[in-house]
Amino acid sequence: MSVDNYNPLGAWTLFQRETRRFLRVKMQTVVTPALTAIMYLLVFRYAMGERQVPGLDVPYFDFLIPGLVMMAMLQNAFANTSSSLIASKVMNVHVFLLMSPISAMEVTLAFLAAAVVRALIVAVVLLLVLIPFADVHLVHVWMILLYGICGSIIMGGFGMMAGMWAKRFDDMATITNFIIMPLTFLSGVFYSVHQLPAFWQQVNRANPFFYLIDGFRYGFLGTGDTDPGQAAAIVIAAAAAVTIACWWLWRQGWKMKE
Amino acid sequence: MSHALQIKNVSKTYRGGKQALDDVSLDVPEGSFFALLGPNGAGKSTLINILADVVRPGSGQIRLLGHDLFREHGWCKRRLGVVPQEVAFDPFFNPREILHITSGMFGAKADEAWIEQLLERLELLPHAEKNSRQLSGGMRRRLLVAQALVHRPPVVVLDEPTAGVDVELRKRLWTFMRELNAQGTTILLTTHYLEEAEELCDQVAIIDQGRLLMHRPMRELLDEVASRVLHLSWPKPLQLDAAQQQALTRWRPRVQGSCLQLCLASGEQQAFHDAYTAASLLLGPPQDVALMQEDLEDVFLRLTGDHHERG
Ligand SMILES: Nc1ncnc2c1ncn2[C@@H]1O[C@H](COP(=O)(O)OP(=O)(O)O)[C@@H](O)[C@H]1O
Ligand SMILES: [Mg+2]
Repeated sequence: MSVDNYNPLGAWTLFQRETRRFLRVKMQTVVTPALTAIMYLLVFRYAMGERQVPGLDVPYFDFLIPGLVMMAMLQNAFANTSSSLIASKVMNVHVFLLMSPISAMEVTLAFLAAAVVRALIVAVVLLLVLIPFADVHLVHVWMILLYGICGSIIMGGFGMMAGMWAKRFDDMATITNFIIMPLTFLSGVFYSVHQLPAFWQQVNRANPFFYLIDGFRYGFLGTGDTDPGQAAAIVIAAAAAVTIACWWLWRQGWKMKE
Repeated sequence: MSHALQIKNVSKTYRGGKQALDDVSLDVPEGSFFALLGPNGAGKSTLINILADVVRPGSGQIRLLGHDLFREHGWCKRRLGVVPQEVAFDPFFNPREILHITSGMFGAKADEAWIEQLLERLELLPHAEKNSRQLSGGMRRRLLVAQALVHRPPVVVLDEPTAGVDVELRKRLWTFMRELNAQGTTILLTTHYLEEAEELCDQVAIIDQGRLLMHRPMRELLDEVASRVLHLSWPKPLQLDAAQQQALTRWRPRVQGSCLQLCLASGEQQAFHDAYTAASLLLGPPQDVALMQEDLEDVFLRLTGDHHERG
């Protein structure tokens, strides 16, 4: 192992490139999710009124906010890595990434770090916009950060894999519409599993997003559908596993090299 | 002599079964200006993309400045600059930003003076702050050249860098590449323009259908270019026996059907007379005679044509 095998400047540059890319289009990457969340909020505020979430004893409204924030984080983390990679491929710029002396682990960390940064920025903006409307507190900050960051790593990693796999923008739209959207919408952002019939509760428990969102929400409400303390280890392990999977696939040149 | 690149027994078969490289071995001397020639689909880009780590190597070994390209990735990649054949540009950044980013990715702190010089020499200075989307095809290609050079690699590989670049600009690019080479950079170039290879390169290799046909100093290849070629034909197909081959050898005889071609070296005064007499003595008076001029292009066609006949 010589010093040539490490390229911290390269990884840092790549991280900056991936961050600047989304900051260049703030309108699309930060303002749009904030606006979307406000719309949901307005709609549900008047649709649900002062109703409580069954089984949890919290106002529906306070229940909704953390879920919306986490959903935006997950979607943005996914979008950052996936759109960057597919755009690079379509424009053929990915060759410079393959040519450069940045190791697979450095590439993975740079991409995932940028995804996490984007997710955190979106989360902060959303919270600043939404908190005035509701009675939401940061009850367990460590849990919020743990679930927020691990969730972003997991989704940034899935985005990276989707970006490696896809050949065209169309492929990416397919994944986003048929996998990511259903999984996020059916993850318990808008409802508590206790409201569901037994069968659908089981289905919901098979959705990994469900644990991410429930744990994140627990950090705000101090209550939830699962035991987030127990799930914490699983979430950390999942983030690590996804990171390793990205590293391994990148190292193989999976779908990136002929 | 030390080598910038040592390519040994490299083969590559793409998924789907297309064999693009078949046991190619090639040494590129350090400091040389090396031309890799070959018709479309010969496998030039495949070889370059393997060097660039954009295409997976099939089998074989490659050493860059003595280091194993496939094992010492970090060391080798810092010392290699590659201009891909396909145009690539990042629509999010302008040329100056792209050069800074590329420099950083290659582990080199951006050298402002060098970036300025690259932009100037590649005539991108007036466009340095424009969005890459606004650049013309020729500018994008020059930006790729700048990107390949920004970390000052000692070995530079260019895959058809002047395709689609107008004549004037091509000449100025040549001047720049020649300067780099004079300063010690080894340059490997693929090109469609033989004129370009002849003008710039001191070494030349020809590859066709994935196989290396020949590799020699450009001077030797040019020596092989006869100033004139004598075409003699007889009524029936020819077949030279060993003795006849031997007798005509100084004119490098080639038989095509009923036609015999003899190369007349430029210096010899009696060349035409000697060659004509020797051939008619051996084969009888020819039916038809023609004298043609030959250039590098003909040699190229002769070499690749030979291969097609054999294959
Ligand atoms: N990604 C690929 N998949 C399958 N075949 C390929 C691929 N790239 C190139 N080829 C084939 O390999 C051969 C060599 O191509 P290439 O290296 O691009 O040649 P050149 O650069 O000399 O024109 C061609 O027959 C080409 O069609
Ligand atoms: Mg090519």
